Amino acid sequence: MEISSSSAVRSHCVGTTAVVYASDYLNKLTGEKIERECRRQLDSGCRALVIDFSDTQLVNSIGISILLGIIDIAEKNAARVVFSDVNSQTVELFEMLGLTRHVVLARNEEEALSSLSSFVPPTWPTLH
Amino acid sequence: MEITTQKLIHAFGSLADLGQEVADTGDFSEMVRTSLHLLLGTLALRRGGVVECAIDGSLDCVATWGLEERLGAEFSISELEKTAFLNGGPLAFSLENRASTNEFLDRYRAILKDQSIQLVMPMVVRGDLSGFVMLGGKASGEDFSVEDFETIRAMVRHIGVGIHTHRLLEKLARRAEENRRLYEELRAIYRDTVKAFAAAIDIKDKYTQGHSERVGRYSEIIAREMGWSEEEVEGIQIAGYLHDIGKLVVDRDIINAPYHINAKQSSELNRHPNAGYEILSPINHPYADIPLMAKYHHERLDGRGYPDGLTDEQIPLGAKIVSLADSFDAMTTDRPYRRRRSFEDVVMDLRQNTGTQFDRNVVVAFARALLKEVNGESKERRIVKMLGKGYLDGEQVVTLLTDLIAELEVVKESQAASS
Repeated sequence: MEISSSSAVRSHCVGTTAVVYASDYLNKLTGEKIERECRRQLDSGCRALVIDFSDTQLVNSIGISILLGIIDIAEKNAARVVFSDVNSQTVELFEMLGLTRHVVLARNEEEALSSLSSFVPPTWPTLH
Repeated sequence: MEITTQKLIHAFGSLADLGQEVADTGDFSEMVRTSLHLLLGTLALRRGGVVECAIDGSLDCVATWGLEERLGAEFSISELEKTAFLNGGPLAFSLENRASTNEFLDRYRAILKDQSIQLVMPMVVRGDLSGFVMLGGKASGEDFSVEDFETIRAMVRHIGVGIHTHRLLEKLARRAEENRRLYEELRAIYRDTVKAFAAAIDIKDKYTQGHSERVGRYSEIIAREMGWSEEEVEGIQIAGYLHDIGKLVVDRDIINAPYHINAKQSSELNRHPNAGYEILSPINHPYADIPLMAKYHHERLDGRGYPDGLTDEQIPLGAKIVSLADSFDAMTTDRPYRRRRSFEDVVMDLRQNTGTQFDRNVVVAFARALLKEVNGESKERRIVKMLGKGYLDGEQVVTLLTDLIAELEVVKESQAASS
């Protein structure tokens, strides 16, 4: 298991899966750091991302936009994305905005990692 | 919590963040990019871009997310098409609405749809189209609702105002810069004119050509050594250039007399500070007190100077500086009735007359500036150059200056202690 920390974002790899930890408030500053870390992990060969929200209290609009961007990048890299340990308020927000159509939610990191073994990547809704 | 309420709270928070963002006048690109993020995150839109519209109809893509970076940069829009945007309702901006008569959208529909753009919302500020925001579909896969349109419209208006304000500030900054440049040019013209005057003053006196310009430079050097601001240093330089302007009204024969002049001629010559004041007073100089510096450059600390016999604290510091610069140049240049004095003699004169004729701080500042040049501490050797080759040769120059400074500093300290 490799543990790294780029720009104060905690992450580690389990095989070809990168686990990236979101901070307590997912806004522009922290969101961009997470995005950079996810890009870095995908560029270095990771084929799945687990974003862990166990420390996250709040996600604002910019955070949502950045998470959508990460999902987009992962899709382009044929990588899968799982969100783990999301609090109930944030789950409601993700559901309301439709993010849960594109990612799997897991109760914790362990469940996220095990779900990835039998994961079927979601498809984006048809836009036209 | 009901979904509608939840959406409303989420949108409200985004609007508050957006208000803060557009009010930030710092980095323009960052402001637009963050505003776009806020808009996309409010409705969970997967992609979008902000395009700014120039007066000539050319378009500039200022921010994108999830799109080709320069999307829209090759687009252009006619006045008629702008009007279509200004008059159209929400449905007019939807690429899904085939019934739309918006020619701009028709022309670029294929390119926009290729980038999964669904909506092109105009940014209207004060009735003008300042650009538009291109938006992709919702992550939920749902169609845009009427509420969504209203939220987008409100946020796009905010972004438009932000861009408009930023452009206005840019225009203001450009104008301020232009004004500053014009002001600098005017000051340069003023300085050149003053230099020309100085040359005219000195031409009248065949023995002291270049005197006014040298006094200007010595004054500038002293003031800088005394820690004056650049603005004040410029002012004292001008005062130095003009200090003898009153000589323009003195008979040329008296100025050029190759012998010591008599009392009557002396009285005539001594009119020049007041005459200078009268010449300079009606002029609106960009620097303070220039007429006073010309008027009082022959005053002495002991009250034996002219025209008003002022004493120490009554004499403006600028006039004290010009006075020393004037005397120093008089002592170190040839006059019709005598050769210039040796540097040793000049230092002796300064030592003897400091406190009665010259101000102690001014003399110390001048001596320090000269010592720096002699020691090679200051790159420019302006005083040395003005004095000419060979004048300051000899090891005793450093000793003379060091001793003079030390002596005057001791007197200053003992005076401060006794007071």
